[in-house]
Amino acid sequence: MTNHSMSRRALLGWIGKTAGAGAMYQAMTSLGFAAESSHPGSLNLDGVKKGATVLVLGAGVAGMTSAYELRKAGYKVKILEFNSRAGGRCWTLRGGDSYTELGGATQQCQFAEGNYINPGPWRVPYHHHHVMSYINEFNIAIEPFIQVNYNALVHSTKAFGGKPQRYRTVQADYQGYAAELLAKTINQNALDDSLSLEDREKLFESLRHWGALNEKGKYQKSHETSLRRGFAIPPGGGLSGKGEPSDLIDQSALLQSDLWKFIVNGQDIEFQSSIFQPVGGMDNIAKAFEKRVGDLIEYNARVTKIDQNDTGVTVDYEHQGVAKTAKADWCVCTIPLSILSQIPVKASSAMQTAIRSVPYASSVKVGLEFNRRFWEQDEAIFGGVSYTDLPITNISYPSTKYYDKGKGVLLGAYVWGPNAFEFTSLAPEERVKKAVEYGKQIHPQYTEEFNNGIAVGWHRVPWTQGCFGAWTEEKREQHYDNLCQVDGRLVLAGEHASHLPAWQEGAISSAHDAIKRLHKKAVATAA
Amino acid sequence: MKSSIKALVVTGLFSLSAAAMATDDAGFSLGNKFEEASGDELYHAICQGCHMSEAQGAQGAGRYPALANNPKLSAGAYVTFMVSNGMGGMPALKQYLSDEQIAEVVNYTRSHFGNNFTDKVSADDVKIIAKR
Repeated sequence: MTNHSMSRRALLGWIGKTAGAGAMYQAMTSLGFAAESSHPGSLNLDGVKKGATVLVLGAGVAGMTSAYELRKAGYKVKILEFNSRAGGRCWTLRGGDSYTELGGATQQCQFAEGNYINPGPWRVPYHHHHVMSYINEFNIAIEPFIQVNYNALVHSTKAFGGKPQRYRTVQADYQGYAAELLAKTINQNALDDSLSLEDREKLFESLRHWGALNEKGKYQKSHETSLRRGFAIPPGGGLSGKGEPSDLIDQSALLQSDLWKFIVNGQDIEFQSSIFQPVGGMDNIAKAFEKRVGDLIEYNARVTKIDQNDTGVTVDYEHQGVAKTAKADWCVCTIPLSILSQIPVKASSAMQTAIRSVPYASSVKVGLEFNRRFWEQDEAIFGGVSYTDLPITNISYPSTKYYDKGKGVLLGAYVWGPNAFEFTSLAPEERVKKAVEYGKQIHPQYTEEFNNGIAVGWHRVPWTQGCFGAWTEEKREQHYDNLCQVDGRLVLAGEHASHLPAWQEGAISSAHDAIKRLHKKAVATAA
Repeated sequence: MKSSIKALVVTGLFSLSAAAMATDDAGFSLGNKFEEASGDELYHAICQGCHMSEAQGAQGAGRYPALANNPKLSAGAYVTFMVSNGMGGMPALKQYLSDEQIAEVVNYTRSHFGNNFTDKVSADDVKIIAKR
């Protein structure tokens, strides 16, 4: 431990004691401690009482993390899982898979060998330390997920005649024009009152550097600006290799296009490099957990009642039409609130109210398989995401198997808001059809090359009835703490019991937090 | 086997209602509000996603209640509250819908799918319940 971290810790201790927890948190954030999910420390689940039992409800990543760690600590663990497979939303669809949604529509995934779509989580940012630590511990093969691709497209139906633009040109021109305008205000003495002469000079220099401006502070067609936005004719070798700089996008047209909305995504911490994906599909994370706790799981078990008293927890469930009961000393429940809110649960009224207070977001993903990877072969787009104002919002290119000569799968739609409800309301094959119709406007090759597709509307998913817990600030204020308490012998875990909704990191860090508190109580409680 | 027959039925029914819809060329709202206007269009663009095309509901780990032949729909204020403000897994839809649209879809659902409630909810009623 360094002196530096000692002194920070001492300082935080002092702030905590004198100013309370709120000030402590604020101080931690400003010192860069609490801004992201912290590293998983040691769980320290020692002193387990001999023979103590825990029932875990749900074999998603939160449930399997809980079971894995609790068994390791010495608890006797059993897991009940609704599906006939482990993983929950950590889920991958491959060729040969069959998926039946609520309402009964069944889709057979027809992707070629090796192709897949992750209907749920599809990215692991490097700072999601809990997920990364299990990837490390379980030796799960990962590869870079390309989020920002400067050669991908940004598209608006209302700008440039609907012609997609390169991310790179919009990024460079927006930054260049913004720098130019600020440089102009310096030259017009508009900043004289705010900045010293030395600072103004430094700012001007930095704007030239940042925006690729010329010595006069102008952003204009040149070799330098083309080094950012790309050349009309790229420089090359020999007698034919003279490069030709490219024309800028008209400033007003660029501003009015709204395409600048799409160029900040990669600057959000969740989307900053490095981001990873498990090689071959996200469910390799689920499978790695299942390899370790699969023997604890009873599949096809639909929980119908959660009861508890001073001595233990009793859970009723249906297993292939047969009513059964499981008992344990303690219970970790990871059932999504959309489902849990329909199950009788013996808990405080505050927790029950919390369980019923969180609606689930609507979202749709459509995977499209094409006869060839035209985005690579025709357009030199290797991984990354194109953005559009069409209802499909995204086209995401596979960050793997580049230049593969076989069929390729795109994420052809990633839908939110009203359009997600509309997409979900369609039959699966109609969703696929719409994704193809919209995508054609960005890649005309769709018409020739489309082969097959599969669509998952999260409100139709039988085990979640929605994508993730859609907390609002107000609801969090009212209900979040009540939801996360250890209530008698029951504690909840999952992305819904985290400040990182929809992320696996939220699910796993929530599980760690929940089992630590449950264990503490178990140790302190007379048998 | 059983589920694939059901799937065909659902798909078949859907194509009929899809033909009646009109929004953008491909059938979707543009922007962050629903653009469907009639109760029929709104039901089949939004509610159908969970409550299904014939309002028959669905059962998985949990369930979506059937709205067909549902005596709970007798109270227009209850239905209006649920659509506007949500409850449990049901999302609040008022952020995406006008008072008029909420009234339309509530009245449509209360007078279709075997429901025959003749009293109408008005946009003014919605205004009071939705408390925007």
